[in-house]
Amino acid sequence: MRARGLLWAFCALIGVWLVAPALIVVPLSFTDKPSLKFPPDGYSTRWYANFFGDSAWMSALSTSVQVALLVTVVTTVLGTAAALGLTRAKIRGLALAQGSMLAPMIVPGVVLAIGTYAVFLKLQLVGTLAGFVMAHTVLALPFVIIPVTASLRGFDRRLEDAAASLGASRWTAFRSVTLPLVAPGVASGALFAFVTSFDEVVVSLFIQSPYLQTLPVKMYASVTRETDPTIAAAATMIIVLTTTLVLVATFFVARRTRAK
Amino acid sequence: MKERTAGPALLILPALIALGVFFLYPLLSMLVSAFTDPEPGLGNFAWFFGEQANMQVLGRTFSTAFWVTLVALVLSYPYAYAMTIAGARARAILTLLVLVPFWTSLMVRTFAWVILLQDTGVINKALGALGMGPFSLIRTQTGVVIGMVQLLMPFMVLPLYAVMSGIDRRLLPAATSLGAHPVKAFVQVYVPQSLPGISAGCLTVFISALGFYVTPALLGSPTDALISQQIFTQVNGLLKWGRGGAMGVVLLGLTLAMIALLAVTLRRTGRKVTG
Repeated sequence: MRARGLLWAFCALIGVWLVAPALIVVPLSFTDKPSLKFPPDGYSTRWYANFFGDSAWMSALSTSVQVALLVTVVTTVLGTAAALGLTRAKIRGLALAQGSMLAPMIVPGVVLAIGTYAVFLKLQLVGTLAGFVMAHTVLALPFVIIPVTASLRGFDRRLEDAAASLGASRWTAFRSVTLPLVAPGVASGALFAFVTSFDEVVVSLFIQSPYLQTLPVKMYASVTRETDPTIAAAATMIIVLTTTLVLVATFFVARRTRAK
Repeated sequence: MKERTAGPALLILPALIALGVFFLYPLLSMLVSAFTDPEPGLGNFAWFFGEQANMQVLGRTFSTAFWVTLVALVLSYPYAYAMTIAGARARAILTLLVLVPFWTSLMVRTFAWVILLQDTGVINKALGALGMGPFSLIRTQTGVVIGMVQLLMPFMVLPLYAVMSGIDRRLLPAATSLGAHPVKAFVQVYVPQSLPGISAGCLTVFISALGFYVTPALLGSPTDALISQQIFTQVNGLLKWGRGGAMGVVLLGLTLAMIALLAVTLRRTGRKVTG
C-alpha cells in the first residue's frame, strides 16, 4: 500500500508541473508592479489596460483573430471536402493522398518555414494577411481531416440511399441527412483549425513583417526585450480563449462518441 | 454510375492543390536552394559536415532530444501506470492534466518557463528554502529539457497508457505467488509487455524534439544553439539560403529516418501482439 501512496504523490507532483505555466501566468498578469516577479505582492488590472491601449498589441491581436477565422473557414471547407473524397472515392493512390494530407504534422516547423519564406518572397506574400492564411491552412488541414474522416467512417451510408429513394437529390440528401450527422466532427475540426492557426509561431516568424505580425510573434519578440507584465496579460487572454475553444471541441467529440 | 467513384475523388483536389503549393513547393524550393545557392553542387553539404561547429550543433541537438526522451519516459511510465490502476474519475483527471500542455499555447508556456526558471524565480527560491541551489536553469540545456519535456509528455503518456491498459495485471500476483520478488516480477513480466508503448512514445518524442525551435531559442543559450536555431540564423540573419537549406535537408532526413524506424517498430510489435 505504501508503494501506491508514493505513486499517487508522484502523479500529484507531475500534475502540478504540467499545469504550472498556466497557473503562474494568470496571477502574474494581475500584478500591480512593473516587474515579472512571481508571486506578485499586490494586484491590479493595469496591464490589461496597457494591452488594450497599445496599438502594437491590439493590431497583433486583430491580425491573429482575422487570420485564424479565415483559416478556419478555408480549412473546414477544404478539409471536409477532402475527408468526403477520401472516405468515398475508389481510386488508386488514395492511401498516398491521405498520407500526404497528414504530412504537415511531421515536418519540422523550421524546415517548412524557410521553404515558405523563399516561396513567399517570390510571390510577394511576406507580411500579408493572405500569406498567413495560406501558410496556416496547410498546417491546420490535418486537424480537420482527422475528426471529419472519423465521423464519416461511423456514418451509415444507407441513410443517404434512403433519402434518395424518397426523392431527394444527392445535394439535398447530403445537406439534410449527412451534414447534420457529421456536424460534431466538422465543428471540432473547425475549432482545432482555429487554435492551430492562433497558436502557430515558427512559420509566422519568417513570414511576418514589421507592419503585420500575429500575437504569438509579437509575444516572441517581447519575451526577450520587455520586462513589463503586459505580456502576461496577453498570455492569460490566449489561455482563456484557447481553453474555452478546446473545451467546446472536446464537448463535441464527447457527444459524437456517446451518439454512436 | 461513374459519378459515384470519380466524383468523390474530385473533392480531394482542392486540398491537394493547397498542399502542393504551400507545402510541397516550399519544401522543394528549400531542397533546390541547398544544392544550387550560391552555386550548383554539394558545397553547402561539404560546409555543413566539414565544420566542427556544425557537428557540435548536431551533437547537441541529438543529446537534447535524447535527454528530453529519457526524462519524459521516466516521468511518464509511473504516470501512465497510475492511469491504468485508477478509478474512472481519477483516470479522467490524470488524462485531463496530461492534455493541458496540448492546448496551452506554445508561446505562453515558454514565456511561463522563462519566469519560473529565472535565477531569482520560484523554483530557485523553493530550492533555496530547502538549502539547495541556486542553480542556473535558464539559458542552459537543463532549462530547455524541462520546458520541452513538459510540452511533449502527452506524446509519451498516451501510447504508454494505450499499451499498458491491455496488459493483464493478474500476471503480477501470479509471478509473486511463484516466488518472485514484486520488483523482479514487475521488471521481468510487466515491463517487457509494455515495450511497444515505450518504443512508440520514445520515437515520437525524440522526433518532435529534434525539430523544436521556440523553446530552445527562448530557454536555451544562444551559444548552445540547436540545429533549428542555426537554420533560422543562416536564413533570416545571414541570408545564406543554401546553407540553411542544406541544414534543413539534414534535419528533414533525420526526421524521416526516425519516422521510418517508428513505422517498422510498430509493424513488428503489432505482428507480435496479434500473433
